[in-house]
Amino acid sequence: MFEIVEKERIAPGVNRAVINAPAIARAHKPGQFIILRTHEDGERIPLTVADKDAEKGTITLVWQEVGVTTYYMGTMNVGDRLQDLCGPLGTPTHLEKFGTVVGVGGGIGVAPLHPITKGMREAGNHVISIVGARTEGLLILTEEMRKASDELLISTDDGSFGIHGFVTQVLQGLIDKGAKIDLVVAIGPVPMMRAVVNVTRAANLPTVVSLNPIMVDGTGMCGACRVEVGGKTKFGCVDGPEFDGLQVDFDLLTKRLAMYKGPELIALNKFRESDRGCQCKFPGGAA
Amino acid sequence: MTEQEQTKKRPKVPRQKMPEQDPIARAHNFWEVALGYPNDIALLEASRCLHCKKPYCMKGCPVEVDIPDFVELVKQGNFVDAAWKVKEKNSLPRIAGRVCPQESQCESQCVLGKKGEPCAIGRLERFVADYVAEHEEWKMPPLPKPTGHKVAVVGSGPAGLTLAGALIKKGVAVTVYEALHELGGVLVYGIPEFRLPKAIVRSEIDELRRLGVEFHTNHVVGRIETVDDLLERFEAVFIGTGAGAPLFLKIPGENLNGVYSANEFLTRSNLMKAYLFPESDTPVAKGRRVVVFGGGNVAMDSARTALRLGAEEVTIVYRRTVEELPARAEEVHHAMEEGVKFKLLTAPIEILGNEAGWAVGVRCQQMKLGEPDQSGRRRPIPVEGEFFDIECDMAVVSIGNAANPLVPSSTTALETNKWGNIVADLDSGKTSRDRVWAGGDIVTGAATVILAMGAGRKAALSMLDYFGVS
Repeated sequence: MFEIVEKERIAPGVNRAVINAPAIARAHKPGQFIILRTHEDGERIPLTVADKDAEKGTITLVWQEVGVTTYYMGTMNVGDRLQDLCGPLGTPTHLEKFGTVVGVGGGIGVAPLHPITKGMREAGNHVISIVGARTEGLLILTEEMRKASDELLISTDDGSFGIHGFVTQVLQGLIDKGAKIDLVVAIGPVPMMRAVVNVTRAANLPTVVSLNPIMVDGTGMCGACRVEVGGKTKFGCVDGPEFDGLQVDFDLLTKRLAMYKGPELIALNKFRESDRGCQCKFPGGAA
Repeated sequence: MTEQEQTKKRPKVPRQKMPEQDPIARAHNFWEVALGYPNDIALLEASRCLHCKKPYCMKGCPVEVDIPDFVELVKQGNFVDAAWKVKEKNSLPRIAGRVCPQESQCESQCVLGKKGEPCAIGRLERFVADYVAEHEEWKMPPLPKPTGHKVAVVGSGPAGLTLAGALIKKGVAVTVYEALHELGGVLVYGIPEFRLPKAIVRSEIDELRRLGVEFHTNHVVGRIETVDDLLERFEAVFIGTGAGAPLFLKIPGENLNGVYSANEFLTRSNLMKAYLFPESDTPVAKGRRVVVFGGGNVAMDSARTALRLGAEEVTIVYRRTVEELPARAEEVHHAMEEGVKFKLLTAPIEILGNEAGWAVGVRCQQMKLGEPDQSGRRRPIPVEGEFFDIECDMAVVSIGNAANPLVPSSTTALETNKWGNIVADLDSGKTSRDRVWAGGDIVTGAATVILAMGAGRKAALSMLDYFGVS
């Protein structure tokens, strides 16, 4: 089980893998995530699901190398197996015909946005997708997003591809043109989601964001993933990961995400010096 | 035997102490605190048993272990048969022998306890179960032919494991689904290594696996499939998902960094082995000054774990007095021996934080005891205007758990009460839903390992009755 059947590097430090997980592929709905461990004594990390194929019994994961586990996964190859893969977890996206839905994806956030885009379109919505990255080389899944959306707008911070600017400027442009928007779904780094919400709040647009708090079990048992929404404490793993973006306390989320910065750095340095983290033994893993 | 005769036979041997690791040494390691009886001490302790014709001790045991018979076998030096005698009723004796509150169960009923100290039944149970595991090669006990009946168990904690053991021994096929990556539920994520070594939990589960129980991890019923789905593949389903939704104090500052639920703190250090970090990959905050809110066994476990992770000072903050502490006396005693401080008649009202979002202290209010409340315990009431701060860089909230709604809310026609617990008959475990049984903390709210085991056993008997298997 949980064998890697495809793997590729889709941007510097960003990987895509197709994993054999038939039961999860059957049950997964847009908006849901999985938790995995790569090896015994490994940590449990939540990852969003970028795609699934229920017939083939596979799910697609996209991840950025930021910590020990994601770096280690970067060194894994076709034929390798994950120790544990648990899911689907979280409450699925609320899909219905809203009218026009604008999906905003920043960086790695485009991955979880992809199945939501498909789902929103299947529910009968006109879906406009705005995807962005710092620079052209960091844009991911643009072809998949083009297929899944009615319209696709691409931006880069440095203007190396598509519209020169942030995804928020593209969204603002749509609003300024008087586009009729019924719902905005924004997924990406916390500063990006916060910026999107600032734009949509001014325009009075309902906005869903997908949060990525630190988690352990992912079933509502530990409360590591506490977030505040509308002044109330919620568990990201079971009440979310999607919440009303206009009500999320992004300051708290930012601080809580930094809780293990120190230990994470220690672990990463130790990992890089270990056999496990030695990139030279895994040619496929080198960027 | 009359009470007079029993008094005459009263043993001259005193109740044998459990050998323990030295408190100063053990407060800095995760090895087991209680070391277990050596053979000669076990023989001495067993010799104290009066082998009453009417054994009251058995009435105090939720799984009705044949206590006088197994203790008699110990007395004869037949440790292996003694262990098998225990296992007839209790599939997890190495666990029960360690974490059961015997003082309020079997041992509270022991006739010797009336005028002296009761026989140390729990320590003997642990002794024989450890003895057979350590000295004997595992032998397949005689099992009946498969009956063709199939049961699914949701949750691999003490209730589900006990039910699985009881059913498999009657020829019923059992498949257990666990949400986490490791089997055992609270036995592996909650109870710390120094009180219940994980190798012991694994050995008990391995035994069930050898008997033919099938286990699936990483399987979150309620998400990957529902109980309704399971009922299509299985004749009956047992829900033993525990009380796994942590309660918080709902005071300002509770979401600051460094503030954990006991579930998270213990899961990180036990299940994820954060105490080995960075050898293991999961970190946990290592507080210098740690405050633990609550007075139950889980609070004691959290405080003692924080000490072992290197805290300089660990303080339990509890609203009532020592008298009302819900933890086992033995756990409180162990915590005190190891240097855990107790700040009693104290209620936290706010957790104080710094700019970076980390906890730096707790604002507390002085309490006093008022009239007894519904639970019969004297209610703590605030003393007007008496506030003080306790400095801390980490806090653990250990004030109990509610029912996790994941399974109840995804199952149709399953009745729950106002707290979200599944409504089930306490004698049979039967729920409002046909072919669905439930037991343990998901029914009773947070209780003990042995009560969950008792519920698992009762549900197993009820299922056997339903199948017509004797």
